[in-house]
Amino acid sequence: MLAEKALDLVRELHRSLGGTLSPYNEDKIRQVLEEMQTLYDQNKDGAQFAAEGQTDLISAIQVRHAGIQRNKRCLLAYLYTRLEQIRKMRWEFGSVLPPDVKYNMCEQEVQWFNQYNRLLANYMRSVGESGGLDLTQDMKPPKTLYVLVRCIADHGEFETQDGNTVLFKKNSQHYLLRSECEHLIRQGVLEHIIQ
Amino acid sequence: MAALLVSSGMTNNYFSLDDILASQETIPCTFNVKVATMGYLDQSTSDVDINMGTKLDLPFWLAKYLHKGSRGIVSVDTPKTYKEGYRHIFTADPNVVDLYRLGPYFYLFGEKLLSLQLPDTDDIANVLLKTFQGRFRNIMDGSQNALHSDLASQMEKLDVQERQLFAAGQQGLHEFQKWESRESEKLSTSAMVSNHRKRKRIGYIANAT
Repeated sequence: MLAEKALDLVRELHRSLGGTLSPYNEDKIRQVLEEMQTLYDQNKDGAQFAAEGQTDLISAIQVRHAGIQRNKRCLLAYLYTRLEQIRKMRWEFGSVLPPDVKYNMCEQEVQWFNQYNRLLANYMRSVGESGGLDLTQDMKPPKTLYVLVRCIADHGEFETQDGNTVLFKKNSQHYLLRSECEHLIRQGVLEHIIQ
Repeated sequence: MAALLVSSGMTNNYFSLDDILASQETIPCTFNVKVATMGYLDQSTSDVDINMGTKLDLPFWLAKYLHKGSRGIVSVDTPKTYKEGYRHIFTADPNVVDLYRLGPYFYLFGEKLLSLQLPDTDDIANVLLKTFQGRFRNIMDGSQNALHSDLASQMEKLDVQERQLFAAGQQGLHEFQKWESRESEKLSTSAMVSNHRKRKRIGYIANAT
């Protein structure tokens, strides 16, 4: 059937949207592009014969053209949805993505991610008067300046703004500035405890 | 909420994966003209050409493209699940029908069908609306009242859009619950991170065994 492979790509991506990014399926994309090229070549020949008087080829040209457009739509949707997913991950995971996610990205996507990172950082530095504003901070309205947190995983040493170092050992509890540890909570290193 | 609807394909978005999958559902078509050299689309014969009068199930995107225009390469027929027989079932009691098995994109695909100018377009539109109206109450009840119970049995008969609606209702319920127990101020791990971690753990176990 026409455009079957492109549909496979879309299905594969549709299944994996959640917490991950599926591997960039370069092989399949190449196959789809080849199919499009074949259809295009056939249409070029067909158009020539049709101009010479074989009018029953015109309908075939239309069928193939629909196939080409469908393939194009599937490919673009595949790439676009992946970019959207990567953009979402920047806000969820922070500026450094887990290695297995990075491994599944293609070269251009890595480039795009880096540029997005830079743009976002520049923008955040430019708003507000003194030193910018961190937009990824305070996802929920803050109630207190300090919060009590417990470590879920070993994370090594951490230096606070006032120069002290604390050791994030599993199951140890700390009383820290909210602004300093919110990222670590969102990344699942610390757990927020409410008395 | 608006963002949820837009990104999950309730609108007719060119990049929407749901929309692409919904437009892959097939429609019975009859060819009005001979289509040379495209015989491989019809797997039941080994002819080189598609002859006039051949009946084939084509995906919506292809049928729509070939149907439009003055020549009309194919003429389309109503798919079985939107025909009169099924319409009677839907009007009798919409709640017992398994729309996921019939669809999975029952409403989205039905909406697309309306653009084909079938003879029974008005009836289809009516039945889509009535079916949704009939089922909505149950969906709302289910999603607003089941807090910790198993939802699989309630969700299995819902079509994709109904599932999204159900999930939205559930999210609202959970957030309200959190607010009541004064937990809404608690900072938590982002959903994506914890999903990612779960998957990794499953992969790790699978590799180890």
